[in-house]
Amino acid sequence: MPLTALKLPELSLVLLIGTSGAGKSTFARRLFKATEIVSSDQCRALVADDENDQSATPEAFALLHYLIGLRLKRGLLTVVDATNVQAEARKTLVQLARDYHVLPTAIILDVPDRIAEDRNRARAERQHMGRHVVPQQRQQLRRSLKTLKQEGFRHIYHLHGPEEIDAVQAIVRDPLYSNRKQDTGPFDIIGDVHGCYHELVQLLTGLGYGIEEMPLQDARDLGVRVTAPAGRRALFLGDLVDRGPASPQVLRLVMHMVQSGLALCVPGNHDIKLLRYLNGKNVNEQHGFAETVAQLATESDTFKSQVRQFLDGLVSHYVLDGGKLVVAHAGMREEMQGRGSGAVRAFALFGETTGEIDEFGLPVRYNWASEYRGRAMVVYGHTPVPNAEWLNNTIDIDTGCVFGGQLTALRYPERELVAVPAAQVYCEPVRPLDYLRRASEVNSQQAEATQLSAQQQHDDLLDIRDVTGKQIIKTRLLPSVTIREENATAALEVMSRFALNPKWLLYLPPTMSPSETSALPDLLEHPAEAFDYFRRQGQERVVCEEKHMGSRVVVVLAKDEDAARRRFGVVGEGPGKCYTRTGRNFFTDTGLEAAFLARLQDALTTAGFWEKFQTDWLCLDAELLPWSAKAQELIKNQYAAVAAAATAALPEAAAVLTQAATRGLDGIEALLARTTARQTAAQHYAEAYRRYCWPVESLADLRLAPFHLLATEGRTYFDKDHAWHMETLRAICLADESLLRATPYRVVHLQDVADVEAATQWWTDLTAAGGEGMVVKPYDFIPGGRQNLVQPALKCRGREYLRIIYGPDYLLPGNLERLRERNVKSKRNLALREFALGVEGVERFVAGTPLREVHQCVFGVLALESEAIDPRL
Amino acid sequence: MLLTITTTHQPATDLGYLLHKNPARLQTLEITAGQAHIFYPEATPERCTAALLLDIDPVALVRSHRGPAGEGFALEQYVNDRPYVASSFLSSALSKAFNTAMNGTCKDRPELPDTLLPLEATVAVMPAAGVEQLQRLFLPLGYEVSTEAHLLDPTRPEWGDSRYYTLQLRHPAIRLRDLLSHLYVLIPVLDRGDKHYWINQEEAEKLLRRGMDWLPQHPEREFITRRYLRFAEFVNPTLEWLLEVDENATDDGFGKEAYPEAAAAEAGTATELLGQAGAVGEKQSLHDLRLDRVAEEIRRRGAKRVLDLGCGEGKLVRRLLNIPHVEHILALDVSWRELERAQQRLHVAEMPPRQRERLTLTQGSLLYHDPRLADYDAAAVVEVIEHLDESRLAAFEQVVFARARPGAVLVTTPNADYNQRYETLSAGEFRHSDHRFEWTRDQFTAWAASVAARHDYAVRVEPLGPEAAEVGAPSQLAVFER
Repeated sequence: MPLTALKLPELSLVLLIGTSGAGKSTFARRLFKATEIVSSDQCRALVADDENDQSATPEAFALLHYLIGLRLKRGLLTVVDATNVQAEARKTLVQLARDYHVLPTAIILDVPDRIAEDRNRARAERQHMGRHVVPQQRQQLRRSLKTLKQEGFRHIYHLHGPEEIDAVQAIVRDPLYSNRKQDTGPFDIIGDVHGCYHELVQLLTGLGYGIEEMPLQDARDLGVRVTAPAGRRALFLGDLVDRGPASPQVLRLVMHMVQSGLALCVPGNHDIKLLRYLNGKNVNEQHGFAETVAQLATESDTFKSQVRQFLDGLVSHYVLDGGKLVVAHAGMREEMQGRGSGAVRAFALFGETTGEIDEFGLPVRYNWASEYRGRAMVVYGHTPVPNAEWLNNTIDIDTGCVFGGQLTALRYPERELVAVPAAQVYCEPVRPLDYLRRASEVNSQQAEATQLSAQQQHDDLLDIRDVTGKQIIKTRLLPSVTIREENATAALEVMSRFALNPKWLLYLPPTMSPSETSALPDLLEHPAEAFDYFRRQGQERVVCEEKHMGSRVVVVLAKDEDAARRRFGVVGEGPGKCYTRTGRNFFTDTGLEAAFLARLQDALTTAGFWEKFQTDWLCLDAELLPWSAKAQELIKNQYAAVAAAATAALPEAAAVLTQAATRGLDGIEALLARTTARQTAAQHYAEAYRRYCWPVESLADLRLAPFHLLATEGRTYFDKDHAWHMETLRAICLADESLLRATPYRVVHLQDVADVEAATQWWTDLTAAGGEGMVVKPYDFIPGGRQNLVQPALKCRGREYLRIIYGPDYLLPGNLERLRERNVKSKRNLALREFALGVEGVERFVAGTPLREVHQCVFGVLALESEAIDPRL
Repeated sequence: MLLTITTTHQPATDLGYLLHKNPARLQTLEITAGQAHIFYPEATPERCTAALLLDIDPVALVRSHRGPAGEGFALEQYVNDRPYVASSFLSSALSKAFNTAMNGTCKDRPELPDTLLPLEATVAVMPAAGVEQLQRLFLPLGYEVSTEAHLLDPTRPEWGDSRYYTLQLRHPAIRLRDLLSHLYVLIPVLDRGDKHYWINQEEAEKLLRRGMDWLPQHPEREFITRRYLRFAEFVNPTLEWLLEVDENATDDGFGKEAYPEAAAAEAGTATELLGQAGAVGEKQSLHDLRLDRVAEEIRRRGAKRVLDLGCGEGKLVRRLLNIPHVEHILALDVSWRELERAQQRLHVAEMPPRQRERLTLTQGSLLYHDPRLADYDAAAVVEVIEHLDESRLAAFEQVVFARARPGAVLVTTPNADYNQRYETLSAGEFRHSDHRFEWTRDQFTAWAASVAARHDYAVRVEPLGPEAAEVGAPSQLAVFER
């Protein structure tokens, strides 16, 4: 009976093997997607304009291999339509499959020479083909048949003649064993047990499993009964056996749980060694294997054969929960996840070594996790460590139970660690568990560095590849934010020259758009347009906050230096930082900085903040006053200078014009009037900037006005409305009113005419008194139920204030009209992208992701800020 | 911005013929960024004054502005002194309004252009680094110079004087065209404004031609021409050649435009008012000395693959390219603008292919791990570390000494002990406004020793530059070897 369906692994490199004219292309087209087929003839045509130009063969195959490499890298099944009758040609392809950890498959289309030659003759472009070609290929094919298995092909289909070839109606794609993406857990992932039955039972019991040892009912029964907590399953990371006191019992328990669907298990190197032993292979008795052999001596043959079957069926690693979780005994690099090859299996069992041998005579482990960039969480064991620590979204939970450490479980998706201590040291480790740490102590810059977590030490140095070039950042609020390469270039310079240690930078504030331009006389901005915008966006309420004119700052502050070290991984830089929109330290005077932070800490303590929010750090978005504190030089060199130039030059001009006017020249009067108007404008302009300046000699001259509480330990506050933020921060401000300023605000119901009028009047009064204006925010921090993201805030600036933005003469006839042509659209677009990145950065930080992922967002905001957008908006 | 020209020549109204502008009318011309009004506040036979009033349109001034985000002042093009001060706009208005006079032609009174007249010119207002600067520019040309200073902000007397002066020039006997060409050339020299408002190449060259008659004799000719070079860079690199100025004498590697005062201080001559020019010779020699010393060390070591970390405009690269055994140079700078300058200065685009292959010029940061930096024999880090915040040196150390690990690392930095020799530096002040720290010899040596110990390098620290008693040399070099 000819086969009607061929089974292949879903990710496979399929070689069609057959002479010219065997029908390979037809076969491929009939059974595979057109895009899955890579053909040597087609490649030849692409590089030579002629698919039979043999002189182009080297280039054609270079292209063929390149295409195959790209497809395999991206995890796509690929069919190679070439004769593939020569072993050398196949060797390159098998190597490609290996490089990308993909299984090679051979499908031989074996047709008699006569049929092949007839077909070739029927094709015009093959007329010139020599008579010797097909017989020669056929000879090569025949030789190949014997060696294919050796060459590394796992699946080989030999189809004899057109009948068998035509009989194939379907290709069945088998999922790889490692693919369990549909399996979402939850799981209790358990590290290396090594025969520690007692601790395993204790751990499982603690996790809510019920374990009952039952007398054996028959030879196949394993003698245990297990119940699991609702919906949960255990997931064993291998190395069930060796070294410890009760390997058979551990096997019995795990096998029972796997068979009854209460557990999954991946193999460890020790388990595979046991399998080899049970298969009758010669096995080295070192590393605790002798104990296992002794313990198994009293077990029945039936049990041993069950163990053999169980171990034989284990799959090297699993990809679970939609690809979000990967488990393997010794870890798994990103490019190997969900792939199948000898190298993948070896990596899963042994991990990676540097090739060196350490002072204990053991191979030096290569820390693949330090380079890991994958999205999937990788949970593994194999290398005993003193504590299970996260590094780049991977975690080694082998805490060396058998060596007297602990048996650790990771609850997934909770990311919660549960451990039980070893009852005793069952085996002395050849090298101490903390040898890595000891080694790093020798190299560490400061002894304190050892107090940092593995991730924090790793994060001491970011990688330039994570920020430069075009970056696409996925955020919760916007599916993707693109950072153009040239913007990243600008940000790299600012970040490198001016920014603080990136460990402090969890957030940079987004830019803020003004309201649309007002049509009212003498005004560019007015609250009406801001209210209209939010009404159009379906908002019922907004919060209007007084806009302070100072410097925007972000305050990151821990309760003490110890908390700063623990949470930010920063040593010797104080308990916190107050930094500007570009990540630069606000303070240049370290004494003033320390005093400022201490006062703020005191205020938080007085306000009971730490207890109330159960945290030892916080992140605030705020304005620091006065403007002149940071901008003194700018004010002197730019603002005051402009006023000085104007007040020195304009009176001279007015005097000369007055003199000319007495001569009765035409047109002088108008020119004089205009010059006088400019003189008055310059005066108003000087008054405008002076309002925001006062001398800063000490801390007593500074004021901090916080307006967002962004984050504390374990949580963010983007789910709280702005009235909550205002009230929460007011409570802190009350604790030290001479340093902290609560921001006046009002909640406005947009449909309530009186409410809107009152708010407008409030703005009018504020700005008439010289205030900068107000910020209008939707009531909720991130308004829900909308398809599009709503502007997080709009600013509405007063007429007087805008003089320092648009220049002294902006209200003069002819100027305001032209300035009204401004367009807020790209500014708004930018504000949304920066807002999404800002929120994402804080959320990532709070979730404890590696620093580079937080830094990408922060860097992204800075990069977007270099977009060419009218800075007056 | 106002310019008046007064004469008491008899009859004074000849001024009208000379300027080719009728004293009885207000005339208005359109100029690049607004309007120029010409009128006569007085026109009697005894005394005649012509006024040129510029009305710069601030809204029209605005052009698309592109540049890195950061601590820069993005609003500079909107809030600025352009409408009020004498700038290159005045020069272009002069040439447009008084072209005939500047060329020395006068149809009606052909003898007038060559007549020496008593003339008086008032500029309101003129930006300048100080009264003395104005005097040094105009006194040699025979003017009597009087100035009126203006407070930066009368409500903040502690802020002192602004940089604006009402300038009055008097000359007993001068040709009008000479007065005009003096103003035409010297006004842009004094103006601090930069490329945003600059003009095209043709105009820049025209400006220089106006000065050719008198500039070669002017004692400040070097300063004057150098001030033009800052425009030339954006306009036409060949102007350098045109001016026959030694290319090496242009400026320091680290963004001198932003920090001219410090570059001057480093040469210890900033007391001189035209300090930047006067200082150049001496300053360059120190910077050149540093670069020569580092290049020599690389030559001595026979390094084949060399890193230039913080390459600036490529002065060290130029030296390295001259060392035959240097096979490849990776020159890195964090500033895109500096790299563009280096591209131009080194003529990278025109390099023959073999030379071209020896050099990679690219953006990079010394605070991020960068795998491109691995496998080099030597790295030069010349006057770079002091531009990093001290707290960021740990990251720099990781990048260079722990990860890149070149065979040798050459680090230079100023010697703070030497600063007392600079009269212009007050105690605790740095040589450069972007310096985050300046180390004494002990501090630098201690840092170098601890870095070397942590990363298995041997190190020696040596003075760089002429040594003085007690305080040592102005600069210092640490040579780390693996």
